Amino acid sequence: MAQDDNDGTEIVAAGSSSHGQEVAASPGTAVIPADGFENPGFPEHRKRVTDLDPKKAKSAERGVYTLFYLSIVGSVWAIAAYMLFPMESGDVFDVRLNNLFFGLGVALALLAIGFGAVHWAKALMHDVELADERHPVRGSEETRAAAVKVFQDADQESGFTRRSAIRNSLIGALVVFPLPAVVLFRGFAPQDQNPVELLSHTMWAEGTRLTLDPSGVPIKASDVTIGSAFHVIPEGLNELEHHKLEEKAKAAVLLMRLNPEELNETADRADWSYQGIVAYSKICTHVGCPVALYEQHTHHLLCPCHQSQFDVANHCEVIFGPAKRPLPQLPIAVDDEGYLVAQSDFTEPVGPSFWERH
Amino acid sequence: MSTAVPTTSAPAKRKGGFTAAASNYIDERTSISTVVKELGRKAFPDHWSFLLGEIALFSFVVVLITGTFLTFFFQASMAEVHYEGSYVPLKGIEMSVAMASTLDISFDLRGGLFVRQMHHWAALLFVAAIGLHMLRIFFTGAFRKPRELNWVIGFVLFVLAMGEGFTGYSLPDDLLSGNGLRIIDGMIKGMPVIGTWTSFLLFGGEFPGTAIVGRLYTLHILLLPAIIVALIAVHLLFVVVHKHTQYAAPGKTPLNAVGPPVMPVYAAKAGGFFFIVFGVLALISSLFTINPIWNYGPYDPSPVSAGTQPDWYIGFADGALRLIPPGWEFVWLERTWSFNILVPLVGLLVFLGLVFIYPFIEAWVTGDKREHHIADRPRNAPTRTAIGAAGVTFYAGLWAAASSDLIATHFKLTMEGVIHSLQAVVILGPFLAYFITKRVCIALQKKDREVVLHGYESGRIVKLPGGEFIEVHQPLDEYDRWRLVSYESYAPLMIRPDAQGKISVWQKMRAGVSRWFFEDRIAPVTRGELEASHSDHH
Repeated sequence: MAQDDNDGTEIVAAGSSSHGQEVAASPGTAVIPADGFENPGFPEHRKRVTDLDPKKAKSAERGVYTLFYLSIVGSVWAIAAYMLFPMESGDVFDVRLNNLFFGLGVALALLAIGFGAVHWAKALMHDVELADERHPVRGSEETRAAAVKVFQDADQESGFTRRSAIRNSLIGALVVFPLPAVVLFRGFAPQDQNPVELLSHTMWAEGTRLTLDPSGVPIKASDVTIGSAFHVIPEGLNELEHHKLEEKAKAAVLLMRLNPEELNETADRADWSYQGIVAYSKICTHVGCPVALYEQHTHHLLCPCHQSQFDVANHCEVIFGPAKRPLPQLPIAVDDEGYLVAQSDFTEPVGPSFWERH
Repeated sequence: MSTAVPTTSAPAKRKGGFTAAASNYIDERTSISTVVKELGRKAFPDHWSFLLGEIALFSFVVVLITGTFLTFFFQASMAEVHYEGSYVPLKGIEMSVAMASTLDISFDLRGGLFVRQMHHWAALLFVAAIGLHMLRIFFTGAFRKPRELNWVIGFVLFVLAMGEGFTGYSLPDDLLSGNGLRIIDGMIKGMPVIGTWTSFLLFGGEFPGTAIVGRLYTLHILLLPAIIVALIAVHLLFVVVHKHTQYAAPGKTPLNAVGPPVMPVYAAKAGGFFFIVFGVLALISSLFTINPIWNYGPYDPSPVSAGTQPDWYIGFADGALRLIPPGWEFVWLERTWSFNILVPLVGLLVFLGLVFIYPFIEAWVTGDKREHHIADRPRNAPTRTAIGAAGVTFYAGLWAAASSDLIATHFKLTMEGVIHSLQAVVILGPFLAYFITKRVCIALQKKDREVVLHGYESGRIVKLPGGEFIEVHQPLDEYDRWRLVSYESYAPLMIRPDAQGKISVWQKMRAGVSRWFFEDRIAPVTRGELEASHSDHH
């Protein structure tokens, strides 16, 4: 055993003398001084004013029943308010009145009961505390022995230990039997989809016009002035019958026009922009929130959810925050009518990272 | 024969009217008199901090009541409709049935907004009360034997409550809740190996799909509440089995439980308190708007507003995501390793795991196998209190980070500055909090010793015949003294070789931790010390 012995004190069960009926339990490293103080016992009970003065008791009583009657008033008022403050007009102000006055009635009904009951208990009910004896949580030795006997008898009569082949096969079966229930949840995921494939492509394709979010009106390059920023969706998104939000969650784009001198474009992407107009995925590469805030004079994009910042002038590289990858760029061009179109889909998956992405 | 023997089954004619008859009727079918006899006059220790658990319980009841009302009107469908309710700004807008029915509850159902708000406020209070209740249990050491398992159950309840909160937050399918789900989707996708498929499994395909609200609804109203109700029942059953803890006070010993009897005083107080909690929630809900989804609009993956916030109890997770510095992601073996997601996830799990197993760690360090029913004053367990303060600081740093943008805008700070400061709070803050708290606890203990040994300052200055001025210190009476001296201290473990003359690594480690816990302890004053201090007095 690893224990300590202190001078003048010893490590024993605290109050072990009084813990007589408890099964001897190790006190660990608890230090109990041999000359510790004795518990002085209960101090004398002090009477309340309501115990001493019948007038105070009477007024406390009045307070309690007044509160209970007030509760009835509150309930009745709540029902009346439900009738008196209709909200069928469609006016938001009426909704507020209904909420306010019905709610205040309910609150009064509840609070008055609560305060009444507590006041009653504190001011008028007998306030002498009782002391219950505690018993060790552990069952008595006889009870434990009886419980052990139950298991032994059951084991004897069933042969659970003796017939180990039966026992082991039962344990095996019990371990395996919940698995079909887990397998059932396969139906949760669509079986005809390849996630990596789906996550790697968006609606954008060669010639798809850039249109305004949410109206779907195509954008002319000449309408995009320097310093402006547009929220963009692909043409045809609004007409989708199915999976409109799924497509939008991948295809949403931000369009900005910078002074071409301010854009630091790499050679391989030089033709992805058009006269300083650049288009980048709006879906943050951190966990997929929309990167919705554009600071015009610094050309920084900011995700309001986790504060990743992207520098539009430098291919949206990450300059702050938890995101790692730059926002994917959408290569754009202008069609013969002067509308902005995509040159192709994004050249990499948009949105948050995933395991198979590389 | 004329002397008929009355059979025991023939009830004697009893007096007392309806109540007696009804009690008799029920008892003869349920033997409830046994329960009443056993529990009716149980002493229930009383202290304001014991109310925190009750607030949690009562607000959960309010959540159940209001939630049931809402299920009659809410439709958990993501089918697209054009809103035609009475809230004019959204008329004709395309949205899911879930969102539309939430708007109907708010604007077209009398009292609907009230119940919705009450449900949300009560849910917030539920989680908050659980958190504070856990802190109370932690700082008073009420998790010690025999209550370790109840700590575990309580912890699971805390996690389930957060799960309930998040699933509920996501149901209305408004812009905020959709963005919250997007964040979950991004976090799941960032997990190695299973991420992509898990996301598809959860959302039934690509994000956001049309399945998630229905699935969360099943979790929110069926599975999670059922588990919570069952665990609360066990939690409370344990309270009955163990009896409540109590603070050290004259007359209170580890062998008794002192307090007002359940019937009538405790029943009246707790019953009344239920109505107070219920009433305060009603009052808040009638006065203050919460989660005005009509301002946010339906979920759309494109827009988001500045100042986007999760509900406060998820804040620590969102904050952890925000605090990761740039660049913590790389491609290796043609796979993406998103440490900007993994580190927050693992960090939170480790933190929660430590909270979960703390009772067992402390039991291992002290080696104390006895039952403990007297709650510690936090100052008398300095290391535990300091560990708690460190944990709170860590949590608070993450939690504050979830509002980093609002801190920056409201206090006119740079966003980068706020993030860097909070990174420092999360990394260094716990050490600082540990150190300060431990010193404060020990200082308070020293003050207690001082008061016990020399009495308290009476404020009376006396000039002695020799011209010396002294302040008279009044000695404590035995009742006041008992509160200051009735605690236990533990000595650091001394390792000794075992029977084979060996010292195991395990024992060495245990001794090291034990030294860290108890090295600089302050022992309670003993009678001998008190007498000695008197003898060297004037």
